[in-house]
Amino acid sequence: MPTKIEKDQITGTETTGHEWDGIKELNTPLPRWWLMVFYATIAFALLWMILYPSLPIRGATGLTGWIAREAVTGEMQAHQARLEPMMARLRAATPEQIAADPELRAFALAGGRAAFANTCAGCHGAGGQGAPGGFPSLADDDWLWGGSLDAIRTTIAHGIRTPEDEEARQSQMPRFLADGLLTAAQVNDVAEHVLSLSGRATDEAAAARGAAVFAENCASCHGERGEGNRELGAPRLSDHVWLYGGDKASIVRSISYARSGVMPAWQGRLDPAVINMLTVYVHALGGGE
Amino acid sequence: MSEMKAPDRLKAQPAAATPTPAAGQPLYANRQKVYPKAVRGPVRRAKWAVLALCLGLYYLVPWLRWDRGPGVPDQAVLVDMANARLFFLWIELWPQEIYFLAGALILGAIALFAVSSLFGRLWCGFTCPQTVWTDLFMWVERLIEGDRVERMRLDKAPWTAAKWARKTAKHAAWLVIAAATGGAWIMYFNDAPTVTREILTGAASAKVYFFFGLFTATTYVLAGWAREQVCTYMCPWPRFQAAMLDEHSLVVSYRAWRGEPRGKAKAKGVGDCVDCMACVQVCPTGIDIRDGLQIECIGCGLCIDACNQIMDRLGRPRGLIAFETLTNLAASEAAAAKLPPGPERLACGMAARAAPRFLRPRTFVYAGMLSVVALAMLGAFLMRETLTVTAIRDRAPFFVRLSDGGVRNGYTLKIANKTHEAASFALALDAPAGLRLVVQDVAASDAEGRPLLPARPDGLAQYRVFLTAPPGLRLPESTPVTFRLLDARGHVVAREGSVFLGPKP
Repeated sequence: MPTKIEKDQITGTETTGHEWDGIKELNTPLPRWWLMVFYATIAFALLWMILYPSLPIRGATGLTGWIAREAVTGEMQAHQARLEPMMARLRAATPEQIAADPELRAFALAGGRAAFANTCAGCHGAGGQGAPGGFPSLADDDWLWGGSLDAIRTTIAHGIRTPEDEEARQSQMPRFLADGLLTAAQVNDVAEHVLSLSGRATDEAAAARGAAVFAENCASCHGERGEGNRELGAPRLSDHVWLYGGDKASIVRSISYARSGVMPAWQGRLDPAVINMLTVYVHALGGGE
Repeated sequence: MSEMKAPDRLKAQPAAATPTPAAGQPLYANRQKVYPKAVRGPVRRAKWAVLALCLGLYYLVPWLRWDRGPGVPDQAVLVDMANARLFFLWIELWPQEIYFLAGALILGAIALFAVSSLFGRLWCGFTCPQTVWTDLFMWVERLIEGDRVERMRLDKAPWTAAKWARKTAKHAAWLVIAAATGGAWIMYFNDAPTVTREILTGAASAKVYFFFGLFTATTYVLAGWAREQVCTYMCPWPRFQAAMLDEHSLVVSYRAWRGEPRGKAKAKGVGDCVDCMACVQVCPTGIDIRDGLQIECIGCGLCIDACNQIMDRLGRPRGLIAFETLTNLAASEAAAAKLPPGPERLACGMAARAAPRFLRPRTFVYAGMLSVVALAMLGAFLMRETLTVTAIRDRAPFFVRLSDGGVRNGYTLKIANKTHEAASFALALDAPAGLRLVVQDVAASDAEGRPLLPARPDGLAQYRVFLTAPPGLRLPESTPVTFRLLDARGHVVAREGSVFLGPKP
């Protein structure tokens, strides 16, 4: 509650005119050096404004010409330069050599983790766990195109069904129903047969009918007993890992309209050393062969 | 706490007048420079002893050596920032054990509260670095510029060559002490002999020079220039000392009931205070203790020595200013109020005093808090392990479904070996039968086929561990598992619990 400014009886100092429950605040003057420090901070701020970019105007860089973005770029370059000796070694080595050298391997695993989070985790998940709808898990023991260091490196470098890379992994499953290659009944039979490959058939008669259709249309890529073919990226159909879903509806859909996931080619976009680091990292996620 | 207010404050300073009431309050207060006078006596001697002890410890401790074996720093007290280790005699702490330092600080804070409630601002007056270094700087100042009167005369004198010489000598001496102080600070964070040689030869890092300069500058400014301004304006402690002190605390007090009314030594009907201002002249914060307890008083007790000297000279009993409780002050005041000044009033007032009550509830509360924290720290220290294992379960994915229908979980196992000896430990698993354990990149195993994990000395070893449940094994969604590290004799040296996750059964 504001009250009249008055002189305090004991100290002889004026009050500020603020009073709470009868307690009045004294307007004790600051020591002069304190006031000087206050003025010094103002002077410092003014100097700072002149020296460094402080006005929200394009081109107002301050007398020093210091720009935060350039400072960051400089620091990044210095950091890259510090890493360069290791990166040169990683570039020159094959993934096998890196995996065999404890020093290179430790570096590759750390660098690969960062690069994976940057470039791969968007589709494959933070821990390489994959995602429903065609983004395969990299942590399991099931590989479409091979899980050796070499195979992983080829896939990362050239991608899958990447039009602009001639060495990309290529294959195409026919759209059996959409293109009239099979009738709907045949598709149903084949789906029952595919289920039976992993021991899950419900309609044995249909599965038996589907076996013949499978042998004629599917076995050339997926194998006689659905064991898959890594040359063509044809998934194994006899296991428990299903990229596009293992229920009957999903299988019918896969047969009818085909599936063809794509992955970008990273060669040319990433430093070969980074591709090598990613290879070693992905191989170490748990499923490496 | 009505006793907190000095009863004679109004009497001591009747109607302190505002300089210019019409012009209003000045915006700032000019600093009244304090010229403390030299003083002799038991309190001063105690202060010198504490000063010598504190400074001696501060400057010498970094030079103490402690043999910890090859490859480990041999400095007794060292904060090794680069390697993230804190060495204190036989104790070596890792960053995750920094709570021991926090505990020590908590102990220090409670001890400070306890000491303050019993004996007033002993910390401020005797051991606070601000007090210790200011005392040292004042001693140097007195050696070069002389005592109070000479210093005041010198400051008023025109700037002659002699004055320049004395002032330069003083500041040079201050800077040398400040540099030694800043240098000693650096030594707690670097090997003392090495960093001293580096500083002197110009080979130290920019960081070392920066902190060396920073602590040199703060010592010089705070102890040479700012002095009592630090205590009065910067330090928070005076603000809440009222909560720390009570009417049973021994604080530096003027026995107004004995001293008032003030008057000449030979005058009749006056108290023992002869208004000689000796107590004011020796005060390092420039206050008059006769105004009663005030925030500027750091409780150094130099006014006690000064007053006792005067009392000795006058042939009067000592103790006009003394460490006294507010309860006793009030008791003496009440008992002596009716009597006229003289020996009878003095005897009556002194007889009304009681022994200070040291054992009071807050003493027990502080003692209880101190012992709880101390016991907790001691317990934590005794149970501190030199080998720990932590298992960090993969969260993405929670579990991996394998092509044969099995389920796999991934873990990152970290073995922290706080000793300086390399060792290998067998990894055993406490889990339902059937779970398979594989450690990535570890081929070695012990006689029973358990993987053998090397734990590098004074470091952290990290391993990827996979647990796999084969297709036939039926487990609940979450199964507790325990990783155990066994030494060569098969004894469990560390263990860590985790869980094995799988799909809903």
